[in-house]
Amino acid sequence: MTAQHSKTLLDPLFESNPIALQVLGICSALAVTSKMETAVVMCAAVISVLALSNLSISLLRNFIPGNVRIIVQLTIIASLVIITDQVLKAYVYEISKQLSVFVGLIITNCIIMGRAEAYAMQNGPLDSLLDGIGNGVGYSAVLMVTAFLRELLGQGTVFGTVVLPKVSDGGWYNPNGILGISAGAFFLIGLFIWGLRAWKTDQVEAEG
Amino acid sequence: MRHDALYTILFSAAVCVVCAVLVSSAAVSLKENQVRNAALDKQRNVLFAAGLAEPGDRLGTEEVQRLFGSIRPVVIDLESGEPTDVDPLTFDQAKAASNPATSREAPENRASVQRLPNRALVYEVLEGGQASMAVIPIEGYGLWSTLYGFLAVDRDGTTVRGITYYQHGETPGLGGEVDNPKWKATWPGRRIYDGSGAMAIRVIKGAAGPPEEAPHEVDGLTGATITSNGVTSMLAFWLGESGFDNYLQRFKEGQPE
Repeated sequence: MTAQHSKTLLDPLFESNPIALQVLGICSALAVTSKMETAVVMCAAVISVLALSNLSISLLRNFIPGNVRIIVQLTIIASLVIITDQVLKAYVYEISKQLSVFVGLIITNCIIMGRAEAYAMQNGPLDSLLDGIGNGVGYSAVLMVTAFLRELLGQGTVFGTVVLPKVSDGGWYNPNGILGISAGAFFLIGLFIWGLRAWKTDQVEAEG
Repeated sequence: MRHDALYTILFSAAVCVVCAVLVSSAAVSLKENQVRNAALDKQRNVLFAAGLAEPGDRLGTEEVQRLFGSIRPVVIDLESGEPTDVDPLTFDQAKAASNPATSREAPENRASVQRLPNRALVYEVLEGGQASMAVIPIEGYGLWSTLYGFLAVDRDGTTVRGITYYQHGETPGLGGEVDNPKWKATWPGRRIYDGSGAMAIRVIKGAAGPPEEAPHEVDGLTGATITSNGVTSMLAFWLGESGFDNYLQRFKEGQPE
């Protein structure tokens, strides 16, 4: 793997994180992060859809007519999402039930169309695959941190294992209600973006 | 890159055909697994409500089928409460409730149930050849979502043996605590009907105490008053006269003393 390849793969983690810098894919980040178990499956689904859509769109990029390219991208992405949803229903039924519509909504996750249009249409298959995986992992990193904090502080558990015993179960921890609901994720992602931009000041947009 | 219109049409058609083939082959090849999962999930939840299994035990297919051997699914006529000869394996209550030919509009109710199916699927748990309890389906609106679950009622027709929800979208940690085993454990032993036969069970605010002291009251869910009220409303509806009270009456009478 060349330096260029590893940059393509790793940049989306902090340098150009899809959620923090590009502020894409927020909707699902709010919806599926109340528990880590669902977040992990969602991350796996997004990474595989993003990697495969980038790969297949990059392979076809020289054949896709420019005037229908968005529709072609969408058709490919939608097919991949439906297949992913079917696989989840067949093999991890419990979790797919909890993710409900959000797997289907990966179709509308701006990261996927965004990377197809901005990257895969101009770059070769290997680079596009790495870009897809990188952005998927960048999205997942934010999702997992958010889910970890929400599940720990909102329900006192990590992956369903009790860490902070709740008052209602005879323990001492009084769960933070706002982290249980989607609004809690807004605060956490806001803090994450703030922290990242305080560290990497070049990500701060010019005012004015 | 410029392409003529014919190329664009042919290319689009080719993409559609390839995608359609991929999607349909995935759907067809995975269908069997999915149907089995959905059926298994429902059976598992009937077992949870009946107290024959705990949500913590990761039950495999064989284990579920073995435990389900002592359960008799019956399709009943909701109004009269009498059993029908409809095959429970092919009966889909949700479908029946949405089809105008097999359902009617529900009377006004606080559980936000729109349509009542003419027939309903209940599960009778057999012990030594006799039905010891009935597991009935319940559904109703909470705060954000419709909750779907099962209630297990003893052969006396009034004592709760267990409750479980298998699908809901309530707030985790608040209304989502309907899944909490500790809360569910406060249900068995409560009584649905009071001495005069009126539906009396309800979820209150705060703690209710043991069933001997508060036979008709169940602990509220902390921070989830609306979900708690939703549970009360759906029990009032499904155990009331448009719901299963005729069935439960018959179930009780059909039992040898």
